[in-house]
Amino acid sequence: MSFKITSNPIDPEARKRELVHAAAGACVTFEGWVRNHNEGEAVQALEYEAHAAIAEKEGAKILAEAKQKFAVDIALCEHRVGKLAIGDCAVWVGVAAGHRGAAFDACRYIIDETKARVPIWKKEHYASGETGWVNCATR
Amino acid sequence: MIEVTARYFAAFRERAGRDRERLTTSARTAAELYGELARKHGFADSMTRCKVAVNDELADWGVTLTAGDEVLFFPPVAGG
Repeated sequence: MSFKITSNPIDPEARKRELVHAAAGACVTFEGWVRNHNEGEAVQALEYEAHAAIAEKEGAKILAEAKQKFAVDIALCEHRVGKLAIGDCAVWVGVAAGHRGAAFDACRYIIDETKARVPIWKKEHYASGETGWVNCATR
Repeated sequence: MIEVTARYFAAFRERAGRDRERLTTSARTAAELYGELARKHGFADSMTRCKVAVNDELADWGVTLTAGDEVLFFPPVAGG
């Protein structure tokens, strides 16, 4: 599965080994981490929810688009669901390509499209004890 | 009138206080059904920022509903 929704911790080092490709001269990876603040509020934890089947299908489409638009050899993405702590890796993207331009562009495309299109939702748990669904679709 | 099942995710689920419900509706499209449910449950998000799926496939808001459909309502996404 090239685009994976998981409830287990993401292991970026293990995922990176899947990018090894003899034709690749560039490897770009992105990790999205849980940070302790958002829009002025102290955040203690995050909870992600997804419709896994539709998310993986839409995610696979995004990876296919990235391969079509940019000269990349391998494109992978994994997104975590469940309750995450500060510093946890929430999302990982990895691209291997012949050249750095395509690798950077494809990695950026994949994370941006994932945030905008894939049915994943994020609930913040604040220091105040309140919770809130983040409403950050980018378009 | 047709009978369909509506399913709610994330903020919609919390707002509606349930994750699904069976409905008898005169709505012909997913958009019309969203309008009906937004009034019922107080969903404030504009449809253009939300998504809908019918029977586990993403769909256009204009899709025609048929009896027995399961209609999934997705509030604005926020991955990453």
